[in-house]
Amino acid sequence: MANAASVLLAIGTKKGLWLGTSTDRTHWDLTGPHFLMQEIPSIGIDTRGDRTRILVGTRSEHWGTTVLHSDDFGASWIEPERAAISFPADTGAALERIWQLQPDAASQPGVVWAGCEPISVWKSTDGGEHFELNRGLWDHPHRTQWGAGYGGAAAHTVLPSPADAQTIHVAMSTGGVYRSTDGGDSWQARNQGISAYFMPDPLPEFGQCVHKIARDAGQPERLYAQNHHGVYRSDDSADSWSSIAGGLPADFGFVMLAHPCRSGTAWVIPIKADGERIPPDGKLAVHRTDDAGESWTRADSGLPQNEYNAVLRDAAATDTAELAGVYFGTRDGCVYASADEGSTFTEVASHLPDVLCVRAAVVTV
Amino acid sequence: MSGVADVLVRVPSLLRQFTDGHEELLLTVEGPITVTAVLDVIGAQFPFFNRRVRDETGALRRYVNIYLGYDDVRRLRGTDTTVLPGQELMIIQSVAGG
Repeated sequence: MANAASVLLAIGTKKGLWLGTSTDRTHWDLTGPHFLMQEIPSIGIDTRGDRTRILVGTRSEHWGTTVLHSDDFGASWIEPERAAISFPADTGAALERIWQLQPDAASQPGVVWAGCEPISVWKSTDGGEHFELNRGLWDHPHRTQWGAGYGGAAAHTVLPSPADAQTIHVAMSTGGVYRSTDGGDSWQARNQGISAYFMPDPLPEFGQCVHKIARDAGQPERLYAQNHHGVYRSDDSADSWSSIAGGLPADFGFVMLAHPCRSGTAWVIPIKADGERIPPDGKLAVHRTDDAGESWTRADSGLPQNEYNAVLRDAAATDTAELAGVYFGTRDGCVYASADEGSTFTEVASHLPDVLCVRAAVVTV
Repeated sequence: MSGVADVLVRVPSLLRQFTDGHEELLLTVEGPITVTAVLDVIGAQFPFFNRRVRDETGALRRYVNIYLGYDDVRRLRGTDTTVLPGQELMIIQSVAGG
């Protein structure tokens, strides 16, 4: 159970969920596994209003996938009798995996977005208990040309804009970035400047393998992207992208985090290359920028000397504090926390199953 | 086969939390008595069980096996397989995972 002014850390793995609480972001009380033997590829912590709701996307190879929620810090979980996410019959599709559970801004209470496999975006207006398929993206004429990344064909990132309820960005592998400015009724590819070096036309309208995008805290029209090789920034709501990979040891990776409160600060965790998916030289490090990608600072204090596992796209998060905490987990089940914006880390857990998703938030009870 | 028949379904231990703890379900099925019809009857009473056995298209999940007697229904006519009076259905999860 969390205490006043605690930080809640949720760790989704290939075989269950662990929940941690801490008052200093260094010492953690962990519970788990919850949902033993089920994948937890998506977590949302919704602190809007007067309660904290933890949303989890669960997936069992045997028994399928669904969304559950807890309003008591994981002491109990509720699965709605009617499936939270279920493809309408006319689509002929079946839900494979829930990749993203994203509460909207405080100005949109009850609205939660989901990004799923097969590539689809869903919107809930009841706090994540039931979702409706976004038909604008489902019926998009590009759909037949979107591909599947190694992890599956999914809308893995959904970013509503806190400044404008009509603007939403979605990212998919492979397809790239799409933007809606009419609340999701229509979507346009927004990948100008992002490389798709693996295609005959390396700068196509769409088809890029964008691994993760994040929105700047102070400038909602500024976005950061970690691509399948390439790190980019857009200052015009994704109309165009420019490289900010200079100063990084590698431009491959999956993680892209933006500071929850301060403009210009973001983090990446580089991986050496497409064909060599380990931290550069086997040395795990987090790189932070405080000037929107013009320069980067490497940090490895508290991290292992040798690490040959990747950090997956959603296996990293910040919390919601002004002095942000930074958290991530590896595919070998180690989880690290930083209470000083990613300068130094302490180990939260080790030898868990593969970490798929990490989320954190300041909570009160 | 059409009509009314009582069908016995054996539930795997992992799914009994979704059948009020029942290891067996004795169901009265009307109309064309197929595996689908049996699952529809169970699903009407136990929706959480239904979602774990079938996806929203009605397809049997990949790693869920249903045996009619000693036969995997996938090797018969799938969920269109006819269930005769007195036959039993057994639901078993595949031996899969890691």
